[in-house]
Amino acid sequence: MIAELGLAALWLAAALAALQLVSGALGLTERGAVLGGAVRPVAVVQGGLALLAFACLIYVFSVTDLSVKLVALNSHSMKPLVFKIAGAWGNHEGSMLLWVTVMGLGGAFVALVEKRLPERTMLATLAGQAFVSLGFYAFLLFASNPFERLSPVPMEGNGLNPLLQDLGLAFHPPTLYLGYVGLSIAFSFAIGALVTREVGPAFAKAMRPWVLGAWIFLTVGITAGSYWAYYELGWGGWWFWDPVENASLMPWLAATALLHSCGVLAARNALRAWTIMLGVVAFSMSMIGTFLVRSGILTSVHAFAVDPQRGTFILALLAIYIGGALVLFGLRAATVTEGERFAFVSREGALVVNNVMLSAILGIVLFGTLYPLFAEAMGAKVSVGPPYFNPMSALFAVPMLVVLMVGPLLRWRRDKFGRVGRGLVIPAMLVVAGGIGVLVLGGVALLPWIGLALSVGLGWASLLPLKGRNLRRTPLPIWGMVVAHFGIAVALFGMSSESAFSVEKLVAVRMGEVTQVGPWGVKLDTVEPVAGPNWTAMEARLLVRYGIDGKVTRMLPQSRSFWAPPQQTSESALLTRWNGQLYAVLGGEAPKVDGEKQSRWQLRLWWKPFAPLIWIGGLLIALGGLLALLGRVAADVRRIVAKDKIAYRREKQGR
Amino acid sequence: MATVAKSPIKAKHQRLVLLIVALVVLIGAALLAAWALRNQASYFYVPSEIVARPPEPGRAVRLGGMVEKGSLKTAADGVTINFAVQDGKARVPVTFKGIVPSLFVEGSGVVAEGKMGTDGTFVADNLLAKHDENYVPREMQDMSREQAQKVMQETK
Repeated sequence: MIAELGLAALWLAAALAALQLVSGALGLTERGAVLGGAVRPVAVVQGGLALLAFACLIYVFSVTDLSVKLVALNSHSMKPLVFKIAGAWGNHEGSMLLWVTVMGLGGAFVALVEKRLPERTMLATLAGQAFVSLGFYAFLLFASNPFERLSPVPMEGNGLNPLLQDLGLAFHPPTLYLGYVGLSIAFSFAIGALVTREVGPAFAKAMRPWVLGAWIFLTVGITAGSYWAYYELGWGGWWFWDPVENASLMPWLAATALLHSCGVLAARNALRAWTIMLGVVAFSMSMIGTFLVRSGILTSVHAFAVDPQRGTFILALLAIYIGGALVLFGLRAATVTEGERFAFVSREGALVVNNVMLSAILGIVLFGTLYPLFAEAMGAKVSVGPPYFNPMSALFAVPMLVVLMVGPLLRWRRDKFGRVGRGLVIPAMLVVAGGIGVLVLGGVALLPWIGLALSVGLGWASLLPLKGRNLRRTPLPIWGMVVAHFGIAVALFGMSSESAFSVEKLVAVRMGEVTQVGPWGVKLDTVEPVAGPNWTAMEARLLVRYGIDGKVTRMLPQSRSFWAPPQQTSESALLTRWNGQLYAVLGGEAPKVDGEKQSRWQLRLWWKPFAPLIWIGGLLIALGGLLALLGRVAADVRRIVAKDKIAYRREKQGR
Repeated sequence: MATVAKSPIKAKHQRLVLLIVALVVLIGAALLAAWALRNQASYFYVPSEIVARPPEPGRAVRLGGMVEKGSLKTAADGVTINFAVQDGKARVPVTFKGIVPSLFVEGSGVVAEGKMGTDGTFVADNLLAKHDENYVPREMQDMSREQAQKVMQETK
């Protein structure tokens, strides 16, 4: 019953999306202007219906209604409730439903609160949003219906991939989706602006909070995903350049560029066509990511199902939306009037460098991700990994970070290096000192060396915009910029330190034996079986000690066996200190060498100095975005309140 | 570019300059990427291919095949394993130091990431075994369709 309700809600939502598209488009014409009034309410109800459908899916998952095919395939009655709920989006159909739900809610939210733009632009924007939604509704209803029934009803479900049975999963995909799909709002704004030719500072100011919001969720989602891969896969790495990771990185790169170009458009009315272009590209990257992940065309933990029909369907959607938006851009870009001019040495100049470099990195990542597909079409099976991505992206990231030290200090329009030069002496010296310091330590590869040296100077330089300001009266967006840029320095330091100074040890030890990894002494105390709700495990008790006279701490890595579906995972154990993280993985029992009585257990240990800074930095970047968003929204609210007050007084006096 | 400020050029020209700079950087990035991909992409081999045309030592490649029955040996240190991968036509000795995936057993399919050593032994950094129904290395999927049956018969 509930499943049918969900399906009905989904159909209704799709119908309303069609209505929203038609009335929005007709509302732009003179004869259909009366229809324009329907667009906002329709958008709100459409969002509500999509949410209802999603709630229905969560319900059938939480009660494990096995007559629903999706539940039978992906859930199991013997599973903690939180993973039953998370299972609702831990599969292809459910995640696509989450996608359209977020998209519908995004449109509803815009329809409710966005009042700054001319109504014509809003109509075009909401029609654009409905147009994109409609395609994904069709995809759900025709090619991946999440509410399909199953007959006969099976006795038990297949269960959820154990790798995904983790609290990180409960929050990682929804966060990432809010970011991915939130960019659809920027896309629709760009479409709206192209249709009505209203591109200017007001447009950028209206679009910026939406981009910021999506970007914050993307940043948090990527950071969380990276940490999840780090501790759950048990491989000791935090970024694998996996196609799916790239699929989330590419929209982030585009959104970051968009955020900065929005700033230029809002403050200086320059980079008009470019900003629109980035709005189109950012969401296109989200869709390409979805295609790569959901079509099963690439291998990954995230590629749920291989179904050629679905791949073709998403590819067609991609062609329609990206192609359509680019054609519209090509037709209208020439009519978007000239922006303001500026000198090379200026805030805009620095932001252009930021934009070009981010786009170049985006190109590098996109190229590397798609190359295996092209190669396979040519008959060669290849994969592309860190040896390509690391140096190639660094080639563009390093100059960008150097400009990042200077850019925020420059004035808009025109500036001289002489004015800001003195402030940069200390950061420059820090870079040199850091470089020499690491060189003295020795044994560090080129990229981490550059990263370490650069991060120290960048950390200092990122705080410089606060110099000479009254900290209490500094506007929130400035704080946001400083915090986010400082976060980049922190994350860069963490990444470089992790790759430069990590110590790895792989051993087979007897119980009671002590092994050294970096500054740590690790003793294998016992290995005992333990059981969870839907798994059994071998759990090692490690007693670890930092240095010679440190406190003894316990670590409990597990090697887990799930039975539905049957699979083994290693649950790593992490011990965090202020200066790094000790990472322990329990392997299997080593085969006995002849004459041996006691068995040996495989242990894989890493000491990773300052590794947690990677994710702390990521969160700082997101926090910076949040501060900026709060500042912008607060300013808008104040302006609206003031406007209302003035209007109210005028009305009173008029009487 | 300092002259830009002194003698203001036309807005149209500035847009053109920006466009050209952006294009040059992006095309440069594309060319660099193409060049780097030729050198860095890691190719997939089956044993008969790698024996016939071995890649230069030190180049990262992947090797996929069946783990030969009776070839799996663990060294005295308890963490280094040696085994052979075969596809029914040729066999390649592989050495790997690490924790093996749980579904890695003799007679099953495996994809090894690593390098060809000078002595004809494949040194693997990572082993990918079949994880579960939904996550199969793509090469292995094809392999199991094309070759697994035959290989399984020969190894039994």
